[in-house]
Amino acid sequence: MAEAALQNETRDQPAHIEVRDLTMAYGSFVLMHDLNFTVRRSEIFVIMGGSGSGKSTLLRHLIGLKEPAVGEIFYSGVNFTRADPEERELLVKRFGVLYQSGALFSSMTLAENIVLPLTEFTDLTRGQAGEVASLKLALVGLKGFEDYYPSEISGGMQKRAGLARAMALDPEILFFDEPSAGLDPISSHLLDDLILAIRESLGATVVIVSHELASIFAIADNSVFLDTERRTITASGNPRDLLMNSKDPKVHRFLTRGKEGDGSPMNYG
Amino acid sequence: MKTSKVESSQGTVSFERADDATLVVRLAGPWHMRRDVPSAALARRELEVKPPIKLVTFDASGLAGWDTGLVSFLVQLEDHCHTCAIKFDHEALPDGLQKLLALAKAVPETEGVRTPPPKAGWLEHLGNATIGYGLSLREFLVFLGELTIAFGRFARGRARYRGIDLLQFIEDCGASAVGIVSLIAFLVGVILAFMGAVQLQKFGAAIYVADLVAIGMTREMGAMMTAIIMAGRTGAAYAAQIGTMKVTEELDALTTMGIAPAEFLFVPRVLALVLMMPLLCLFADFVGILGGAFVGVTILDLSPGTYFRETANAMHLGNVVGGLFKGTVYGALVALAGCLRGFQSGDSSSAVGDATTQAVVTAIVMVVAACGLFAFLFNLLGI
Repeated sequence: MAEAALQNETRDQPAHIEVRDLTMAYGSFVLMHDLNFTVRRSEIFVIMGGSGSGKSTLLRHLIGLKEPAVGEIFYSGVNFTRADPEERELLVKRFGVLYQSGALFSSMTLAENIVLPLTEFTDLTRGQAGEVASLKLALVGLKGFEDYYPSEISGGMQKRAGLARAMALDPEILFFDEPSAGLDPISSHLLDDLILAIRESLGATVVIVSHELASIFAIADNSVFLDTERRTITASGNPRDLLMNSKDPKVHRFLTRGKEGDGSPMNYG
Repeated sequence: MKTSKVESSQGTVSFERADDATLVVRLAGPWHMRRDVPSAALARRELEVKPPIKLVTFDASGLAGWDTGLVSFLVQLEDHCHTCAIKFDHEALPDGLQKLLALAKAVPETEGVRTPPPKAGWLEHLGNATIGYGLSLREFLVFLGELTIAFGRFARGRARYRGIDLLQFIEDCGASAVGIVSLIAFLVGVILAFMGAVQLQKFGAAIYVADLVAIGMTREMGAMMTAIIMAGRTGAAYAAQIGTMKVTEELDALTTMGIAPAEFLFVPRVLALVLMMPLLCLFADFVGILGGAFVGVTILDLSPGTYFRETANAMHLGNVVGGLFKGTVYGALVALAGCLRGFQSGDSSSAVGDATTQAVVTAIVMVVAACGLFAFLFNLLGI
């Protein structure tokens, strides 16, 4: 019930990210066109879609690693796409990104990975930054792993350490690229809890690219569904509502793991 | 009744006419693809025998075992039956086989998936290649621009990189390279000495081997050979490191952190090589001269004293300084090539491999081209 209450709260929040008429293309190949959606402040927003639908590419557009072919992206009303480099850097500094593979700097220890953004963008001394880094590691359940290198810990731990780094500067918006990919169900569940806890305590807006249904239903307030064939958004809203009310058979199939309205003979008996 | 039978190492397949329009395919024994697979071509020939067949059925009562090799045969047979409008009755096959057959048919072939992309004419190839060169030139200019900005910030003391990284790179391309550089430099000294000795001994001027080695090493070979070693050693490593960081999204992570990769990754790498190359060159010059002396003393029977006196006479500060200057420039070129190719790398393991190869090739080409340019310029300036 607490979840539902929070959901209603986020519905009244002002828009944090607005995507307007976005078209994503590789050269002349249009991947997705006319994407329009709004992410509200403190909302957990999921970008859903099948493999190869361009979910991760959409994320790369949102964080400025790729430029839209057409359309614009606004952060709190500021035009990110047309911003000059300084303005852009200011916006980017408010992002925290957890990449699919964790993307920890392999030549640095976990603590150094987190200390790096702290020393670059704050006036903390090295000692203070180290203390903050330890706290961030403790928050993701990696207390005591400060001096380990990324290659010395498991994939799930690397993801959590990546999250600790993404949270280093207490970002306003956290982006997650397939957070549950490669994690076992328990680690994936723990990560979901962690995301919920961060949103509740820090009030961060969370944008997640995912096709992990369990996680989508557990944490999403709002979502969009990217249709691979029609190359645009075909459904948006709370995933539970979509499951109940969506008329689109593809959305329905996605949310029910293809169990309904699909004659695939994948049961080997 | 007409029967034909094909024996294979283990399983057997035989074709039998139940009546004029029905063909019974009898599968017997174990069919495992380790041994053999039934020939679909043979079955197709059997189907073409007159009078025309309307129905294919199976007798699998003697089938002792099977795997997907047999399924492949059945799928081909079914496809053929489908195109020839022959009824294919697989009821008599074991359940597992039928399920796999159904699975192979479950998702129809995507339309147009087999049409090869239209073949480009030579004109189109030429055009694409030209555009490709244009793009890579643009990439190079972007890279150069970013690096210039990064060094601009470095000059103002505002570049973001970790001092510890710089020290690490200095160790990697400095102290750690001393062994291989001394080996190669010594050998180059020996080779230069031998090369000269053969000719000079004819004039009884063997002592001038010392001059040859001293001038050759300090002016050209010391810098050049060191640069080539560093291209293979450090330039390749730079490209592989940066390319891998692209694969693991570490470059993206840096960018979204607001740290320019050019500052954080390229500045310490380029700086390390530029700082270490003159030292390595000086060292190579020295070891090369030792190599020459080794030949002079052991083969040409010159006394060490004479050899080194002659070397000292031949040594010219201009040559040494010129060589060190060249070495520094070569170092910068090698580091640039490594960083550039790593930066341009694609995001797969084979792309990183390509980037590494490209880095070495680019570095060596640039070093040799620069060497030619220097020879021309130094000659022009009379150095």
